[in-house]
Amino acid sequence: MNHQVSIEPKPLVEIQNLNFSRGEHVIFDDISLSIPKGKVTAIMGPSGIGKTTLLKLMGGQLNPDSGRVLFDGQDVHRCNREELFNMRKRMSMLFQSGALFTDMNVFDNVAFALREHSGLSEEIIKRIVLMKLEAVGLRGTASMMPSELSGGMQRRAALARAIALEPEMVMYDEPFAGQDPVSMGVLVKLISELSDALQLTSVVISHDVQEVLSIADYVYVMADKRIIAHGTPLELKNADNPQLKQFIGGEPDGPVPFHFPAEDYQKELVG
Amino acid sequence: MNMTNQLASLGRLTIDFVVGLGRAGLMLWGAIARKPRIKGFPLFVKQLYVVGVQSMVLIFVSGLFIGMVLALQGYNILVGFGTEESLGPMVALSLLRELGPVVTALLFAGRAGSALTAEIGLMKSTEQLSSLEMMAIDPLRQIIAPRFWAGVVSLPLLALIFTAVGIYGGHVVGVEWKGIDSGSFWSILQASVEWREDIVNCIIKSLVFAVVVTWIALYRGYRVIPNPEGISKATTQTVVQSSLAVLALDFLLTAVMFGR
Repeated sequence: MNHQVSIEPKPLVEIQNLNFSRGEHVIFDDISLSIPKGKVTAIMGPSGIGKTTLLKLMGGQLNPDSGRVLFDGQDVHRCNREELFNMRKRMSMLFQSGALFTDMNVFDNVAFALREHSGLSEEIIKRIVLMKLEAVGLRGTASMMPSELSGGMQRRAALARAIALEPEMVMYDEPFAGQDPVSMGVLVKLISELSDALQLTSVVISHDVQEVLSIADYVYVMADKRIIAHGTPLELKNADNPQLKQFIGGEPDGPVPFHFPAEDYQKELVG
Repeated sequence: MNMTNQLASLGRLTIDFVVGLGRAGLMLWGAIARKPRIKGFPLFVKQLYVVGVQSMVLIFVSGLFIGMVLALQGYNILVGFGTEESLGPMVALSLLRELGPVVTALLFAGRAGSALTAEIGLMKSTEQLSSLEMMAIDPLRQIIAPRFWAGVVSLPLLALIFTAVGIYGGHVVGVEWKGIDSGSFWSILQASVEWREDIVNCIIKSLVFAVVVTWIALYRGYRVIPNPEGISKATTQTVVQSSLAVLALDFLLTAVMFGR
C-alpha cells in the first residue's frame, strides 16, 4: 500500500488502479488519481485519449475492467442503482455539447432536476432557477429555447442547470472547446468564481492548456493510456519531461511525432 | 471452407439477433416494470398527442382511400355474380380483419415509429440521455416509458378510426356512386360483422402490432450509434424491421384467429 502522506484536504474522488478498454483497444492502463475536496482539478491530455470516458467512469455510466472509483469513500461501481443515483445527486456534469433538453425552454431546463428531486414548491423553484440563471448572466433568456442560444450561452445555461441542485462536485467536459475568446473568458471566470463561491469540487477535462493552467489548483496530464505528470500549474510549467513540454508548449513535433507511423516515404513514392 | 464461413456468419447473425432481443427486452423491462408515478402522466399525455393525434390526418386520409378502392374493386367483382349487395360486409370484414390493423401499423411505423427513433437517437447523440442519467433520473422511465405507452394506446385507436373511415369510404363508392341500396348495405354489414370474431380480433391484432412497432422504434433509437449516419440508419431499420415484423405477425395471428 502506498498511502500518500499529505496535509491536503480529504479527497472527494479517488481513482485506484483503473483499467478500461473498449474491445481490444486499451483506453486506460492502471490509472490512479485523487480529486481533492473544494479544489479545481484539471485533467489534460491530447484529443481522443479518453478524457470524457474517464468522467463517465467517475459518474458510474461506464464500468471499469478493474480498479476502483471511490466517491466520498463509496465505490461508484459496487453499489446498487439507488445508491448510485443518490451519489449522482451530489455530483453533476457539464457536457461538451451542453446537452440541454431541446424540447423545453431554458427555465424548465434549469428547473428540471429541482422539480424531480427537491420536492420544493414551484414558487421557491422559480426563485432558485432565476438565481442560478443570474449567476451565469442568462436570466434574460429564461423563456428562450436552447436552439435560440449561441453555443457559449448554451454552455452557460447548462452550467446553471448543473449547479441547480447545489452539487458537491461538478465535472466539466471540455468546457472551452470551440468557444470564441470572449465566451471562453466568460466560462473561465464562471468556473473559477462558482468553485469559490459554492465551495465546489471541480474537475475540468480539457486540452486548452492556458485556460486550464489559469484556473486549476492541481493538474494531471494524460498521454499513452496513463498519467505522465501531475502537479500544480507552476510545477508543470517548470517540469522538464519532454512529452509534457511538447504538450504544454504546443509544439508540432517531439515525443509525440508529427507523422503517423507509415512505410518508408521514399520507398512508397518511388516504389 | 466457403461453406463453413457462411455457416459461421449465419451463426453470428443469429447470436446478434438473440443478443439484440435480450437487450431490447431489458430496455422494455426497465421502462415499464415499475410502479407508475403521478409525474409520468403529463409526459404520457404529451406523447399521446405527438404519437397519436399527430398521426390522425394520415390515418384518416389513407383509410378513406383504401376503403374507396376496396369498394370499387369489390363492386366490380361482385356485380358479375349479381351479389353487389354484399359489398358492405366485404369492405367491413376486410378492413376489420386485415387491412385496418395491418395498414395502420405500417403507416404508424413510417410516421410515428421513425420519428420516435430519430428523436431518441438525437437525444442520445446530443448526450441528453447521459445528462438525465447524471441527474439521477432514469432515462428509461422518463423518455422510453411514456412513449411506449402512448404507442400502445394510440395504435389500436388509430386502427379503429382507419376502419371506420374506410367503411365510410366504401359507402361513398358503393352507395352514392354505384347506387347500391343504402339500407341493404348497412343491414347486411351489421348482420355479418361479429363483435368477438371481428372487432375484438381487430383490437387484439393492433395491440400486438402497437407493442412491436413501438418497441422496435424505441430500441433502435436507444441503441443508436450517436452520429448522423447512425441516426439515419436506425430510422431506416425501424421502418424496415417493424414493417416486416407486422406482416409476419399478421400471418401468425390470422392463422390462430381465423385458421380453423
